[in-house]
Amino acid sequence: ESVDPQKTAFALRKAWTLYSVTPLYRFRRARLRDYARLLSAFIAAERQKGLAVEVGAELDIKVALSSLAELRGSELDQAALLVQLSSRSQASSRNSEDKVVWSGWFCSMFGDDLSENIPEDFTSLPLFLSHGAESYTALVGSWFQKTFDCCFCRLAISPQNLSWMVAMWAGCKLDRAASAVELVFSVPRLAQPLDISYAIHPEDAKALWDTVQKTPGEITQEEVDVFMDCLYAHFHRHFKIHLSAAKLVKVSTAIASAHCDGIVKILHSQYLPGVLMLLTELAISQIQ
Amino acid sequence: HLATSLPLPSERDHLRPRIDLVVFMIDIKSKYSLKNVETSLVHVDASFFLGKVCFLVTGVGRVNACSVETNAICKLGKAYCSPMLFCELELEGIRVATAQRLVRMLQICAGHIPGVSALSFVSLMRNSDDD
Repeated sequence: ESVDPQKTAFALRKAWTLYSVTPLYRFRRARLRDYARLLSAFIAAERQKGLAVEVGAELDIKVALSSLAELRGSELDQAALLVQLSSRSQASSRNSEDKVVWSGWFCSMFGDDLSENIPEDFTSLPLFLSHGAESYTALVGSWFQKTFDCCFCRLAISPQNLSWMVAMWAGCKLDRAASAVELVFSVPRLAQPLDISYAIHPEDAKALWDTVQKTPGEITQEEVDVFMDCLYAHFHRHFKIHLSAAKLVKVSTAIASAHCDGIVKILHSQYLPGVLMLLTELAISQIQ
Repeated sequence: HLATSLPLPSERDHLRPRIDLVVFMIDIKSKYSLKNVETSLVHVDASFFLGKVCFLVTGVGRVNACSVETNAICKLGKAYCSPMLFCELELEGIRVATAQRLVRMLQICAGHIPGVSALSFVSLMRNSDDD
């Protein structure tokens, strides 16, 4: 389906911190304005209590909640929900633009596995992405948890899942010159931590994946293993280091990059749904 | 006796006592450890697989650091008809309990427990796994 690039531009080129969210109880799309007001009041009250998030406490925080009908996989998915916190300094003129200080959005991209089995009155939006100060994330998160009886949990990405991502994304066809495919490993049990960064020319990586993948559009665990083993063997041949004994902590391609702490950056709008689908799957498996 | 891989160096063969149990350790955080075990397995005589081999999978406490697919490990256990123990070495309680289990298995494999042979014990373990 064609997704309006304007509407989804906000999702690109930002480092999003990932969470899995359990289904929301009694969430009503029609009440977005009410929710925005309640959340705004909650934030103001928490700041009054002394949990000020910024030194310049005169900043007025405005809350906006909006639905993004385009950001969903199928009709069975809920439309994405965007929460934005913006500030307007009271010192500036009334006509000045609000500056977005924090944004977070709930999303479900082909999340049928979860939404199929939940009871009435529950809304399934298992993936949450946040960008901005951690203190705001905590405030927004605790309001949602209190209001909709849901639970947020940081989504970590295992080396195994990172391997899937790099294999998938390195194999994507890109029309213009792409950036290198980079894998970052952390070596355990050393006196001083050591990071190894392995960069591969994107065309070489895609050529390797093309020889490994048997059915276009389908990826198996064996194919991912063969792809990674080739990369490890090549590195070992040159540097006599077994990368398979180190921990894969970050992968970077022209499509997107992902870090094991659950931080993702999506760079290419065409592949946004694909990346979100994978992340939704990870979120759902963490919830179940 | 601890070894990083097999085969054991032949120079010390005549000094080595009888081997009653071989425990292959696989660290779920290291794909290299799985590969290492796979290449070492071919150096073990077939008679050992009648109850004198077991796999110890470590690091299972940290699902988020998993580099090895659990299916691959379970397939290995089935292929070699040997039991698979899962543990987390970083937790003292589990470490101690696992060590006790291994010592128990070793006693059986060495023939110190009357009435229980290595082969009967491993078939007992396999039946309870299939449940």
